[in-house]
Amino acid sequence: MSGTDMSVVTEVPDPVRMPPERPSWRTRLRGPAVFAAVAVLALVVAPLLLEPFRLGLLAKYLVYAIVALGIALAWGQGGMLVLGQGVFFGLGGYAMGMYLKLTEAQGGLPDFMVWSGVETLPALWTPFANPFFALAMVVVGPVALALVLGTLVFRQRVRGAYFAILTQALAAAFVILLIGQQGLTGGTNGLTNFFELFGQDLALDSTQRGLYLAVVVVLGLLYLGTRQLVNSRFGRLLVAVRDGEDRVRFLGYDPATVKTVTFAISAGMAGLAGAFFVPVVGIISPALLGVVPSLELVVAVAVGGRYALAGAVLGAVVMGYAKTIFSEQFAGGWLYLQGALFILVMTLAPKGLLGLLRRRKEVAR
Amino acid sequence: MEAIVNQLPIGLSIGAVLLLIALGLTFTFGQMGVINMAHGEFIMAGAYTAYLLQGWAGGQAVLVALPVAFAVAGLMGLILERTAIRHFYGRPLDTLLLTWGVSLVLQQLARDLFGAPNVQVQAPGWLQGGIGIMPYNRMFILALAIGSVVAIWAYMNRSGQGRRMQAVMQNRRLAATSGIDTGRVDMRTFFIGSGLAGVAGVALTLIGPVGPALGTYYIVDAFLVVVAGGLGQLRGAVIAAAALGLLNSYAEFWSDASLAKVIVFGVIVAFLQFRPQGLFVVRSRALT
Repeated sequence: MSGTDMSVVTEVPDPVRMPPERPSWRTRLRGPAVFAAVAVLALVVAPLLLEPFRLGLLAKYLVYAIVALGIALAWGQGGMLVLGQGVFFGLGGYAMGMYLKLTEAQGGLPDFMVWSGVETLPALWTPFANPFFALAMVVVGPVALALVLGTLVFRQRVRGAYFAILTQALAAAFVILLIGQQGLTGGTNGLTNFFELFGQDLALDSTQRGLYLAVVVVLGLLYLGTRQLVNSRFGRLLVAVRDGEDRVRFLGYDPATVKTVTFAISAGMAGLAGAFFVPVVGIISPALLGVVPSLELVVAVAVGGRYALAGAVLGAVVMGYAKTIFSEQFAGGWLYLQGALFILVMTLAPKGLLGLLRRRKEVAR
Repeated sequence: MEAIVNQLPIGLSIGAVLLLIALGLTFTFGQMGVINMAHGEFIMAGAYTAYLLQGWAGGQAVLVALPVAFAVAGLMGLILERTAIRHFYGRPLDTLLLTWGVSLVLQQLARDLFGAPNVQVQAPGWLQGGIGIMPYNRMFILALAIGSVVAIWAYMNRSGQGRRMQAVMQNRRLAATSGIDTGRVDMRTFFIGSGLAGVAGVALTLIGPVGPALGTYYIVDAFLVVVAGGLGQLRGAVIAAAALGLLNSYAEFWSDASLAKVIVFGVIVAFLQFRPQGLFVVRSRALT
C-alpha cells in the first residue's frame, strides 16, 4: 500500500517502449467537473445558506484568493518569491478608496483631511474623482510599478533570495510612507467610512451579496485566464525559466522579459483584489499591507499548494477561515498555530494541502 | 552644517548595529544559502537577556549581558540549524518561509513571557554623557561593532576553524572532499552568526526600549546590507552597513522619516544596476 515494496522497482515499465497513456475521459473531465461544482457551490449554495456576516467574510477570503492566485503564478510557476504583494494590493485599494471618498465628499474634502487640517484637495487626489480614471489606476498603478521594478531588477539578473528581499523591503518602505503622509493617505487609520459604491448603499445586504457574487465571478474568470496562461507557450517558458534560467537564455529567449511580465500580471491581480477589498471590508489601511500581511498570503499559498493554481485559492480560503476562527477564540494562539502550521507544512508537505490530496489519490490507485 | 555633524553619530551607530546583525546573516546566507527570517528574533533574545540580567547585575547588566546574550542567541541559532534548517539546504526560498514561521512563534513566546509592552534596560552610569556631539552610548556601540569585526576577521583568517569556514563558503563540495566536516562548520557558522545578533540586541537596549517586535524593525534593513554588500563578504558588509546607516539617518533628517525608507530602497535598486551582486563578489566562473 505504501509503495515501498521492493518488487515495485522491477515492474517499472520501460518509458521508451511504452506509448504515453492517454488519460481516460473520466480523468480529463474531473477538472472541469470540480470547477463547475465549486462554482455552483460559491454562486448559488453559499449565498442561500450563509448569513450576511459570514458571506461577507467569505467574500474577504475570496478577495485574498485573487492575490494568492497571482502569487501562485509568480512563485509556483515562475519561481519568483514575491514578499511584497501588499504594496500592489494597497495601490489598488487606495485608488478605489480615494474614488469612494471623493464621491462621498461631493466636491468637498474627505473627512480625514478635514481632521488633519488639510485645506485644499492635494493634486494627487483630484483625478481620482473620475470613476474611469480610478478604476483604471486600480490595475495600471500596480502593473506600472511592477514593470519598472521588474525591469530594473531582472535585467541585472538579480534573482532568487535577493529579489524576495527587495520586494519585502518595498513593502516595509511603502507602509512607512503611507503612515507618514497623514494628510494624503489618512495615516495609520487608512481610508474608511465608506457609504456607497456607484450609488448603491454599502450597508445593505443586497449590495454586499452583489459584491460577493462579483468577487466570485472575477476570481473564476481570473482562475481560468491564469490557467490558460500557464498552459500556453508562455507558461511553459515561465516554468523553464524557473527551473533553468540560464538554459532558457542560451536557447535565445529573454528570461528577464518573461519574469517581468509575470510579475506585472501578479501585481495587477493584487491591485484588482485591493479594489474589491475596499467595498467588501470597508477599510484600507497600512496594517493590511505591510510585511506581515504580505507574507501571510504567501503562507496561504504554500499551505494550499504553490504548484497548483487551485491550491492557492484553497489555501487563501482555508487560512482566512482558520484565522477568523482562531483569533475569535484566542488571539495569541493564532500566531502559535500559524507558525507551527507553517513549519509543519514546509517540512512535511512542501506541496501543500493539494499536494497531500493528490499523493493520497496516487497511492490509493 | 551643524545638523550634518549632529546626525553623524546617530547614523554611524545605526550602521554599527546593522553591521552586527548583517554579519550573521551574510555568513549563513553566503555559506549555506539560508535566509534566516528568525534572525531578528535572536536580536530580541539578546535584548531580553540584558533585561533579565538587570535584576542580578543592576546597572552593569549591559556588560554582563554581552557574552551571555552571545551564548543564548548562538544556542538558539544552533538549535534552529540542527532541528530544521539542516533539512532545507539548497532550498533558500523555503528556508525563508520556514524560519518566518519560527519567528512568529518566538515573537508570540516573548509576548507571553515578558508581556506585550516595551521594557527598558538601564544603561550603566559610565555611559551617560559624551564628548562633544558623540554620546558615550553610541560610541560604545561603535566600539562594539569594530571589536566584533576585528575578532571575526581574525577568526576567519587566522584560525583553522575560520579558514575551513571560508573553504566551505567558497566551494562546499570541494571542501567536503578535502576532508572538512561541513556539518560541523555549518553549526559553528550558525552559532557565531546568531550570537552576533544577540550582541546587537544588547547594543540596541542602549538606544531604545525592548519589545517583542524589536527584531522586525531591523531585519529588513539588515537584509538590504547583505544584498548591497555581497554574499559572505566581511568588507562588503562593513561598507554597506555604514553607508546604509548614514543614508537612513540623513534621508530621515532631510526629508522625513516616512520618505527615508523609500529613498533608501530607491538607492539600493539604483546601486544594483551597477553592482547586481553587491559591492564585493567572490569571483567564480560557475553560472550564478
